[in-house]
Amino acid sequence: MDQLIVTLVTFDGAVNWTVGFLTTVAIFAILALALNVQWSVGILNFGVAAFFMVGAYVSAVLTLPPPEGLEAYVAGWGVPIPVGWIFAAVAGAVLAILLGIPTLRLRDDFLAIATIGVAAILRSIANSVEGLVNRSRGLNGIDGLLQDEVSGGGYRWVELAIALAVLIVVYWLVSRATASPWGRTLRAIRDNEDTAKASGKNTVRFRMGAFILGAMLMGLAGAIYAHRNGTISPLTFTDLLGTFFIWTMLIVGGSGNHRGVVLGSLVVGFFWFGTPLIQESLPDWLGSRVFQVRQLLIGVLIVVFLLWRPQGLLAERDRVSRFVSTGPGEPSESLAGSLWQRIRTAVSR
Amino acid sequence: MGLTLVYGVLGIGDFAHGDKMGWGMFLAFFVVSSEGANLGFAGGQFGSLSFGWGLVVGILVAMAGVAVISIALERLVFRRLRAAGGTFFVFAIASLGVSIGLRALIQLIWGPSNFRYTPGIHPAIEIFGGIKVKPDQFFIVGITLLAAVLLYWLLYRTRFGKAMRATADNPGLAEASGIDTNRIRYGTWLVGGLLAALAGVMLGLQAEVRFDAGFRLLLPLFAAVILGGIGNPWGALLGGLLVGVAQEVSTQWINTGLKPGIPFVIVIVVLLLRPRGLFGQVR
Repeated sequence: MDQLIVTLVTFDGAVNWTVGFLTTVAIFAILALALNVQWSVGILNFGVAAFFMVGAYVSAVLTLPPPEGLEAYVAGWGVPIPVGWIFAAVAGAVLAILLGIPTLRLRDDFLAIATIGVAAILRSIANSVEGLVNRSRGLNGIDGLLQDEVSGGGYRWVELAIALAVLIVVYWLVSRATASPWGRTLRAIRDNEDTAKASGKNTVRFRMGAFILGAMLMGLAGAIYAHRNGTISPLTFTDLLGTFFIWTMLIVGGSGNHRGVVLGSLVVGFFWFGTPLIQESLPDWLGSRVFQVRQLLIGVLIVVFLLWRPQGLLAERDRVSRFVSTGPGEPSESLAGSLWQRIRTAVSR
Repeated sequence: MGLTLVYGVLGIGDFAHGDKMGWGMFLAFFVVSSEGANLGFAGGQFGSLSFGWGLVVGILVAMAGVAVISIALERLVFRRLRAAGGTFFVFAIASLGVSIGLRALIQLIWGPSNFRYTPGIHPAIEIFGGIKVKPDQFFIVGITLLAAVLLYWLLYRTRFGKAMRATADNPGLAEASGIDTNRIRYGTWLVGGLLAALAGVMLGLQAEVRFDAGFRLLLPLFAAVILGGIGNPWGALLGGLLVGVAQEVSTQWINTGLKPGIPFVIVIVVLLLRPRGLFGQVR
């Protein structure tokens, strides 16, 4: 931590920190967008960390060279990194199918329960099966994309560019998907499953589709994370950071609104990764407990937003298509919008 | 059993249940530990059990404390969400937020280390045929059975229990018949909290007192609830027994590290074959 503070004092240090921070936030934003797709059909996925982890591990073992010495992991075929990404997404999809088949036909709540323990189980598998993924030693020396071409300090900019590029593509993809007839059907299913069924929609298939799409994106995010970090171990993928943290981003930013979700990632991410920066300047009794306090605040944040601003910073738009007319006096959508409205009425009074 | 009760009556899958157990565990620890000793508790030992009056006081304090937490949460969070027309999703996410918060508070107050109620090794005694059982374990089984009987009595032999079951079946109809469903909800949280605290202390007695012990137990708990049929206390008891036995027996054939996966497999198999659980009714 000391080192971090020192690096921040210099201008270069501040730039480096910001670049690293934005890269991390971009990866988490991909996760949050993926979760938003699943949420848009009312799927409660409490196992984001599991999909994240599977993607990271699959891409890592595929792209790594064959194991040597004490190392013991499967594959190690040294495939190109983009291939690793693709298989990470496929792995996410496979996990989604495995989990979805028994649960999605049934009550809404079963998937939530089934997913809550998956990450823990995958962690214990990774930890205890010899020769699978190096057990608790973790996988090290995972190459980054274009790492050989760009050397030294400039590489962090490449990492940022990669993460942002993927984020933009994912954003575009999920926006198109949810605005399409397919996406509107998802919303219809979430809001009223019976009417959706009555309109002749196979709701289970739509849910499965959304679950798989989200899971693929989560796997992809895992792959990007692995190649960026260079090293992963079962301990990397905690429920707190891998799952609950993503949920907080979704709730704070505004579930159902992609722009809101990205904003939420930035806000919550800044809160989370920014707190260590001020740790030194806090009084001792607080500084030493800063990590527990921020965990507490994450929990409080979820509850507070659900209670007082359930729509999040940016609300989901009611209007699903530009061909649907909106009536006059439509309530304003965003927080900024509602503030503006309030100011206007105050002034006109 | 507390989980299945809240789930059945209120329709809330309480993801904070594990962390309420954690709180029960630590409140009792507070009473028996040195801080408690300064207040004049702790000490004493019953026969060959590893604890004395201190833990009995501890259990009572834990139950009272968790019941208060549980009711406060209904008052502050869940009632408001219900008034705002919250769905199952909203409740689930809220309880998750509560769970994170409760766990962080435990860490804040007691730190991340593990504790035991009483230090030292407690030898097991042989009962017959070479089976060794710790005296504490008799106590745990006894308390569990007692709790089950009391819960059964409450649910099926009192007016309050009848009202609870009515609320579970159809809250609207229950209200129309003059049942104060609000009071029932508080009552359900109260009983759920008491049971969570009791379970937490027992878990601390059997294993270790650690901040995330309750949370780690969440999946096995839900597995037991689903296996037994949601809202069915006897089913939950039997489900818990089956899940526990399956976990322990499995280590004969599979890697011990994979043990946490067993409840998950049970959940999946039950959902595939008999989604309403062994003793559940069709809803």
